[in-house]
Amino acid sequence: MEKSPNSNALHDRFNRRIFIVGAVQGGIGLLLAARMGYIAVAENERYRTEAESNRVNLSLIPPRRGWILDRNGSPLASNRAEFRIDIIPDRVEGVERTVGMLGDLLSFSEAEKQDLQDKLNGAAGFSAVQVASGVDYEEFAAVSVRLPELPGVVPQRGYSRYYPTGPSVGHLIGYVGTASREEYELEPVPLLVTPGFKMGKDGLEKQFEQQLRGEPGARRVEATASGKIIRDLETREDVQGDAVTLTIDGPLQDYAARRIGLESGSVVVMDCQSGDLLCMASMPSFDPNSFSAGIGRVEYAMLSDDERVPLRNKVLKGLYPPGSTVKPMHAMAFLKAGIDPEETVVCAGGLRVGNRFFRCHSTHGVTNMNRAIHQSCDTYFYHFAQRVGFDAVAAFARTVGMGQEFDLPVASQFFGTVPDAAWKMRKYGREWQNYDTVNAAIGQGYYLASPLQLAVMSARLATGQIVQPRLIKQDGHPPFASMNFNPEQIGFIRQGMSDVVNGPGTARRARLPLEGIELAGKTGTAQVVSLSISDGRSGPWKYRDHGLFVFFAPVDSPRYAGAVVIEHGGGSGSAYPIARDVMTFLFDPQKGLDALHQLETQWGGTAQQRLSARYAAYATAAGVDLPPPPDSVRLAAEVDAEARAASTGPERAITDAIVPRSEEVQT
Amino acid sequence: MKRAVTLPAPLAQIPWGMLLPLFALVLFGAAVLHSAAGGDFDTYATSHLIRFGVFLTLALVMSRIPRHLVLWGAYPAYGVVLVLLLGVEIIGQIGGGSQRWLEFGFLRLQPSELMKPAIVLVLASYFHTLPVGMIGSWRALVPPGALMVLPMAMVLLQPDLGTALAIVFGGAVVLFLAGLPASWFAGGGIAALVMVPLAYFFALKDYQQRRVTTFLDPESDPLGAGYHITQSKIAIGSGGIDGKGFGQGSQSHLDYLPEPHTDFVFATMAEEWGLVGGIFVLLVFGIVLRWGTNVALDATDRFSRLLAGGITATIFFYVAINLMMVMGLAPVVGIPLPFVSHGGSSMMTNMICIGTLMMVDRWNKQSGAASN
Repeated sequence: MEKSPNSNALHDRFNRRIFIVGAVQGGIGLLLAARMGYIAVAENERYRTEAESNRVNLSLIPPRRGWILDRNGSPLASNRAEFRIDIIPDRVEGVERTVGMLGDLLSFSEAEKQDLQDKLNGAAGFSAVQVASGVDYEEFAAVSVRLPELPGVVPQRGYSRYYPTGPSVGHLIGYVGTASREEYELEPVPLLVTPGFKMGKDGLEKQFEQQLRGEPGARRVEATASGKIIRDLETREDVQGDAVTLTIDGPLQDYAARRIGLESGSVVVMDCQSGDLLCMASMPSFDPNSFSAGIGRVEYAMLSDDERVPLRNKVLKGLYPPGSTVKPMHAMAFLKAGIDPEETVVCAGGLRVGNRFFRCHSTHGVTNMNRAIHQSCDTYFYHFAQRVGFDAVAAFARTVGMGQEFDLPVASQFFGTVPDAAWKMRKYGREWQNYDTVNAAIGQGYYLASPLQLAVMSARLATGQIVQPRLIKQDGHPPFASMNFNPEQIGFIRQGMSDVVNGPGTARRARLPLEGIELAGKTGTAQVVSLSISDGRSGPWKYRDHGLFVFFAPVDSPRYAGAVVIEHGGGSGSAYPIARDVMTFLFDPQKGLDALHQLETQWGGTAQQRLSARYAAYATAAGVDLPPPPDSVRLAAEVDAEARAASTGPERAITDAIVPRSEEVQT
Repeated sequence: MKRAVTLPAPLAQIPWGMLLPLFALVLFGAAVLHSAAGGDFDTYATSHLIRFGVFLTLALVMSRIPRHLVLWGAYPAYGVVLVLLLGVEIIGQIGGGSQRWLEFGFLRLQPSELMKPAIVLVLASYFHTLPVGMIGSWRALVPPGALMVLPMAMVLLQPDLGTALAIVFGGAVVLFLAGLPASWFAGGGIAALVMVPLAYFFALKDYQQRRVTTFLDPESDPLGAGYHITQSKIAIGSGGIDGKGFGQGSQSHLDYLPEPHTDFVFATMAEEWGLVGGIFVLLVFGIVLRWGTNVALDATDRFSRLLAGGITATIFFYVAINLMMVMGLAPVVGIPLPFVSHGGSSMMTNMICIGTLMMVDRWNKQSGAASN
């Protein structure tokens, strides 16, 4: 059958077709050889580069952050070597298991475990999440040993930010933290997502971010696809960021913060000659050390629950009716308007204007300007404010810094209100009335000022120069322009304010316990609610009056000026003892400290100790069931918004005169 | 055959011209596997050589099987493999999820591998018995079609696209060599062109679809499915003409190259040995395939011719698809490189193919000797 012609034809066809199949095979063989030659020879350079970039990993070493120094060169923010544990979320296998195991190794509380869990769930895979910093060596070693069971966990040695005085500088300096997604999108550089890198989140840390940051170091390593490092190839050291030197006097700042004690308030002290801000304390505060390690939910809940708003910088974002502290300044406005300081009014417990009677907090009898200042007579100011016209007074108030923003390296400062007819018309669409003049004359009504503005006001009044506050230390200072007061006018105001403390005035207890140095000042009590709700001294904390005090010293040649504002302190009596002690510390630190130590024994420890104790108590009470803290960017926005809401003027126009509280002081 | 040294008859019958280059390729493969294991011989290379030794013995034994026995056993062999495939399906259904192998304690058997030579065998046998005049009739197409579709469907269910394509390719080549009208293949080609998009959208699993799309544009997903192709091209491309040197391949040693010892073993080799190593591998395959084709041409009967031609095509399919895949000319389908990749199933199938070719070669020489 093999011989049949059909069979032969099939055999021929087979031979032809197997030739075709063989040719196709050979053709594909040639194609493959050509393809390989093309990849390996023509594109060799490209693929060689790609293989090299696969092989070599460049890992950044976070730069050491520049220090923040006080005026004498001691650190307000420095760096500490530390052990740290990070997690790369992408590489974690089993988030809950990892969190549980790490939590046990590092003896986390349930709340801390929950914080970590949330952070991991919300994290973008590319950036490292910090588990813990400041880990002690034992724990660090325990985690390192178990690394094979904990993929994605990275123990590191690095630096952490350290604020030696903790809460005392919280609002001023701010804190640092890992970059958020928003921050990375704004500044997409690899350093921001490098594990261990932290950037300024608030305060000066944020303002001077670029200066403080420094240059990252780099390490070139040979690494596997999964990131395991085979060997180091080359290392470049980091360059530490530049230091920022502030005008702040570290010990004074710390002293003032501690001296505020259990109260909620702020202390500003500045150098009248240079404008240097020596102290900008705002309490209660947060501990930037623990914020920089990552804000925990317990801590956040504790701070945001607090009606004393520890997250708000009260020096810049606290606005208060200045009350009687504006009286010396108004007196100066009267002098500039040509009022004779010896001209008197008779204070019979108030003043009748038209058919209404505006009360004074006391009955002062025949009152000239000096007496009106040291006795804080309201009647005198009602009278002359009407005589001069409040628009003139307001115009002068702005020249001493009221309602002004200053050229300072801060994210935001509130500028408050100096009311006048145009302002009222703009804001409320109402005409300026007599009772508006009356209220504003004694620093009430729509008047709002920040502690910083009060301090600047007192420095400008005391020196007669347009003192500009500054926060960054520079050698020398530009000469300040004159306020155009004549020496007699300055002398008059200085004398009035000196008499408040050293004469027959309202703050005789503010007298410095020092030989040869006299403090001058002016008390103020700012009403928060009307007399019908609270007497301002007792009852619920939030209804009590604010206590204020502006001051300068020494009287004859003013060197320092400042302001103390105690929120709901129940009157100026809460403010001036603090001013007295702070100024005492400035001139005689030991004497100041002795006074403070006595008080701190009563209060239950320093600010830091009390904060820790409160945290412990709060954590036990609250347990784990707390909402997580917001991201730092949002946190800052929230705090700012709340501060704004808290410091806006009244919704509706005030239609009545305020009944002033007594400034008379028990000696 | 002229030879300077006269070997004893059993040794002289062994096709040394093909086997010696093959030994060289397997040894080269062992060296590459040694490197792929990070410089450790025992991880892959030892078992690679042992398997080759075992299956070479098997192939030599196979080559002694007489023709009539093979003809007689073609359908039973096909049937047994089909039953094994069905067994895999059933066990897979019971166990839940896909499974490709059967456990026999000492051996993990992948029946779909055995189907590759079995389909060629059964089709060669079918066309051997089909009367010559019927080559243009439906009987030349429908029964062989059924023989092919049955195992193909089961393999697709596993799902194993690469093996299914290999079975179809082997069968189709036998049909082509058997002399089916050329117009049918043209029609089949057009039908395939229509079927491909339909199959893509309705038959392929998600991950298989992704492989196809990323093959067409590897950069679209450089860290996902395109990663394999990209890294493989980087390995081959960075090797250059003479490679980075033995044990110096960073792509394989630092785990950038996926599957450096199985599917992508050629890339591992090319990185360290360069174009020179690649040409060597291609040459050895060329020698083996040319020898296989010659065996088919020399074959004295229709069964032997079709068997040898189909088996040669099956080996070719392995080589071509694997190399096209690692060079970015074909989607990632998971077909290893014969004689070089580490893996028992692939070594077994390919050595069965070699054994079959040696068997046909022996029949040729016997009939040649008889006619002389």
